[in-house]
Amino acid sequence: MKFGVVRFPGSCDDVDALLACERVGDATMLWHADRDLNGVDAVVVPGGFSYGDYLRAGAIARFAPVMESVAEFARDGGLVLGICNGFQVLCEAGLLPGALLPNVSLKFVCRQVGLTVVEPDTAFTSACEAGERLSIPVKHMSGRYFTPEPESVRVVLRYASGENPNGSQDDIAAVRNEAGNVFGLMPHPEHAVDLLTGSDSGLRIFESMRAHVAGHALV
Amino acid sequence: MRARVLVRPKDGILDPQGQAVERALPALGFAGVSNVHVGRLIELDVEDPDKLPEMCEQLLSNPLIEDYEIQT
Repeated sequence: MKFGVVRFPGSCDDVDALLACERVGDATMLWHADRDLNGVDAVVVPGGFSYGDYLRAGAIARFAPVMESVAEFARDGGLVLGICNGFQVLCEAGLLPGALLPNVSLKFVCRQVGLTVVEPDTAFTSACEAGERLSIPVKHMSGRYFTPEPESVRVVLRYASGENPNGSQDDIAAVRNEAGNVFGLMPHPEHAVDLLTGSDSGLRIFESMRAHVAGHALV
Repeated sequence: MRARVLVRPKDGILDPQGQAVERALPALGFAGVSNVHVGRLIELDVEDPDKLPEMCEQLLSNPLIEDYEIQT
């Protein structure tokens, strides 16, 4: 199982994402200006401030050469995980529904949040149980999820009651596409892979992806 | 040709920036201000103004959350 982590100018969580992937499989970095995905089994679009987040978060990164290949990979059913800025990029690219607006508080939030697993049977959450509570940090300025069509959006994770850090619609923290192979979330699972730093809940996401690629769901 | 694109938050989407400005004005003694919204002004020289709507749809605005207005 080989993960590919995209590195844009301005990515800053790419190395943590790579290390998190390496806990469950092999991982390699993918450069934004390249089109070759090097035969990876799954793509991670990491957090940070791609292309400076000029104009709107993720708006310019979606035009990077590598994103054409990522979009094609996603169309062919490949697993794509977008974390924070990566989630914003996937929404701007139309690979996920909705958009991420500035936090209601207009402040940068950086804290550990509780998440409830709404959908435990996806390629990204099969290592979780329904209703399970995960503890994963958020750190963002524009994380308020919005969709004009809330009834059709596939919500995978919600912020636990009272812990919505940004004013997201219906406490939505993570969504997937209809096919189930593209997943985006504002919290940072790659920062929660070791109890030494407070929680290892984030590993569940990477373990689920590995299990999916290996062709069986974790029980 | 010189063009201006005004981008504003769509009606009905919470605009905390506009709200912050609306709250700040009375604090400075400016009463009677309501419905404040903060958007973005993009000025550009463009050879083919017919391309502007496409530019707005694809990059200058996010049509899901913003409305745009082209002034030429």
